[in-house]
Amino acid sequence: MTTETIEEGKIIDEDAPVVADNIEALESEAIHIFREVAGEFDRPVILFSGGKDSTVLLHLAIKAFWPAPVPFPLLHVDTGHNFPEVLEFRDRMVDRHGLRLVVAKVQDYIDDGRLSERPDGTRNPLQTVPLLDAINENRFDAVFGGGRRDEERARAKERIFSLRNAFGQWEPRRQRPELWNLYNGRHSAGEHVRVFPLSNWTEADVWRYIEREDIELPSIYFAHTREVFARDGMWLTAGPWGGPREGETVHRKQVRYRTVGDGSCTGAVESGADDVASVIAEVSASRLTERGATRADDRISESAMEDRKREGYF
Amino acid sequence: MSDLLRLATAGSVDDGKSTLVGRLLYDTKSVLADQLDAVTRASVDKGLSTPDLSLLVDGLRSEREQGITIDVAYRYFGTPKRSFVLADTPGHVQYTRNTVTGASTAQLGVLLVDARNGVVEQTRRHATVLALLGVPRLVLAVNKIDLVGYDQSAFELIAKEFAAYAAALGYTDEAVTTIPVSALVGDNVAESSANTPWYTGPTLLRHLESVPIATDPHDAPFRFPVQYVIRPRTPEFPDYRGYAGQVASGTATVGDRVTVASNGATSTITAIDTYDGPLHSAATGRSVTVRLADEIDISRGDLIAAEPDAPQPSTEIEATLCWLAEKELRPGARLLVKHGTKTTQAMLGELTARFDEQSLSCVDAPENLSLNEIGQVRLRVAEPLPVDDYRTDPRNGSFILIDAGDGSTLAAGLVGSPLRALTSATGADTDVSPGP
Ligand SMILES: Nc1nc2c(ncn2[C@@H]2O[C@H](COP(=O)(O)OP(=O)(O)OP(=O)(O)O)[C@@H](O)[C@H]2O)c(=O)[nH]1
Ligand SMILES: [Mg+2]
Repeated sequence: MTTETIEEGKIIDEDAPVVADNIEALESEAIHIFREVAGEFDRPVILFSGGKDSTVLLHLAIKAFWPAPVPFPLLHVDTGHNFPEVLEFRDRMVDRHGLRLVVAKVQDYIDDGRLSERPDGTRNPLQTVPLLDAINENRFDAVFGGGRRDEERARAKERIFSLRNAFGQWEPRRQRPELWNLYNGRHSAGEHVRVFPLSNWTEADVWRYIEREDIELPSIYFAHTREVFARDGMWLTAGPWGGPREGETVHRKQVRYRTVGDGSCTGAVESGADDVASVIAEVSASRLTERGATRADDRISESAMEDRKREGYF
Repeated sequence: MSDLLRLATAGSVDDGKSTLVGRLLYDTKSVLADQLDAVTRASVDKGLSTPDLSLLVDGLRSEREQGITIDVAYRYFGTPKRSFVLADTPGHVQYTRNTVTGASTAQLGVLLVDARNGVVEQTRRHATVLALLGVPRLVLAVNKIDLVGYDQSAFELIAKEFAAYAAALGYTDEAVTTIPVSALVGDNVAESSANTPWYTGPTLLRHLESVPIATDPHDAPFRFPVQYVIRPRTPEFPDYRGYAGQVASGTATVGDRVTVASNGATSTITAIDTYDGPLHSAATGRSVTVRLADEIDISRGDLIAAEPDAPQPSTEIEATLCWLAEKELRPGARLLVKHGTKTTQAMLGELTARFDEQSLSCVDAPENLSLNEIGQVRLRVAEPLPVDDYRTDPRNGSFILIDAGDGSTLAAGLVGSPLRALTSATGADTDVSPGP
């Protein structure tokens, strides 16, 4: 029988799929992964965008090594089109936890001509080169990312320890078997390993964990009023990435972001969810994936994500 | 106890594993609108009238182009009764190592056969792999039942043949459930089918929701591979020294006597720390930091174990291997072994047997093991390893073999002789004749 309750104007279907009550197991698994990397690699780094997944990642790293400090730095690839709220949050986290932050700037590459702006103004694809350069220059050998298998069907295929060749590329056909919890971090000089401690988490798990642990997030994850215009079926915010263009009208709307990425291609969703509990309710009632709902970069083609991973993207 | 079931599909190429997984996701409303749109569009492009649900799981471009699964896909879905982590594995022989990857953590295997072909060599190979890895329960999904006109006798013939094989592998009757399904149409997946009135058992989903979940035995002796030594050396914690790890088996409790495997030193657990505060005890699977009463030399790679129930470290290890590499394994081969948190050198002393799926028996003293073969070996390792038998303690009884040159993962290792147990329990080739 389906019971429906009305809550703040939303219909919550109590028979809708529920997620596992296995947050503690997921936490232990992620902590185990962090410690394996700390034990086996010389120069790990955490990719930290200030988004919810990387913030959860940082929280888990702090827990894994407590009472010692996190034994690795953070790396942020700054597209130059980030939301100011997110940059402010990033810097505050770095200060609060006494971390070291390495920033690779897409803007520097554009300024000196190593990269050029794309016609569509999207900068997400431009992150790959600065990321790989930063990995090489700093000789990082393990790079933690917040990727989850439930995000996208190519990601569903990736190992927790994902070997990347000297060009940072993922070669799906050459993935190593990954048995039990025995991770193989061997790599040759020049290669590195991407490590995904949140592989087995779903979007709902991440939010429930944020609630349980009372993890602070950038304010744009929660409902706020913002000037937005519609493009490709998404609400984009006005900014240096261009827009609104002719014919695109600006509206004031109550919105929030489900993912935070480059401002040029990350859309907001109309939402009144202004705290974690209402976000959880909204996410479990949503009929769209977070990427489908808000990321233009993943809609480009059937294999958009796989192609970018092959090129060395996260 | 969390109500989560980990399952893996298995079975021969094209038997319908990915379609079945797609069907389960679809019928449990775990597919969101944009994902379904993408699949519907791709199906229309391929000239299909209904969405090809396997496209929900075959996430790589080459998989979609070739219409086969190459690598494991992990999917997460739930019903009000239970949550599931599902590994959809490839059926193609060439990718058996990915099947082993998916099955290594499974509590239940969904083995598919095509109702038109019945049990084939690959079905037997996968059933053996599942049995060896100790996957406690199986579902035999007799798929494509629509293509044999929902014929009861075809179903029963296959069920009977498989039952004999599963019994030979050590599965009891109640550990195996056989269900006639059509992944394509949906018969008996989430809904009972009117096309199979002769079948009165549960649908696949109902079964998955209610089957008892095998969990790690909590009364197993305590095993704790040390991952990392935590020494903050901060003003607040100048002298703190804790051993970080995940409880591999058993339970840690403050006050317990323990042994450090590498040097035999004994001590007592004085604290079990976490960021959220100290614990009195930590169960299997929990990541914690343990402190001991005595100053003992302990580093990454050590095993802290229950005293007096500690495993005896040994440099000679008897094990069953699933060989997962293109290159052949021969006696004398030099390798790396990773057991728990320790990696050390190893040499293959002896290759004592190779498994033959056809006859369900062992060929003694083979010259080599090649890709996807299962064998029994004796390994010599450079540093003694405190292993348990895989069948009593899968976590502390498993290891991987690594190529010292290129770093690739070569084999899954199961300590003891699960292969011998499997083939001798049944009187091997005389009792079972799986047919040509
Ligand atoms: N008629 C019918 N066709 C089916 C059924 N299940 C799967 N198929 C078809 O069988 C073909 C293979 O299905 P897949 O799901 O890709 O098979 P698979 O077992 O995942 O194959 P691999 O992963 O490559 O081993 C596809 O064309 C499916 O549409 C079924 O129940 N009935
Ligand atoms: Mg498949």
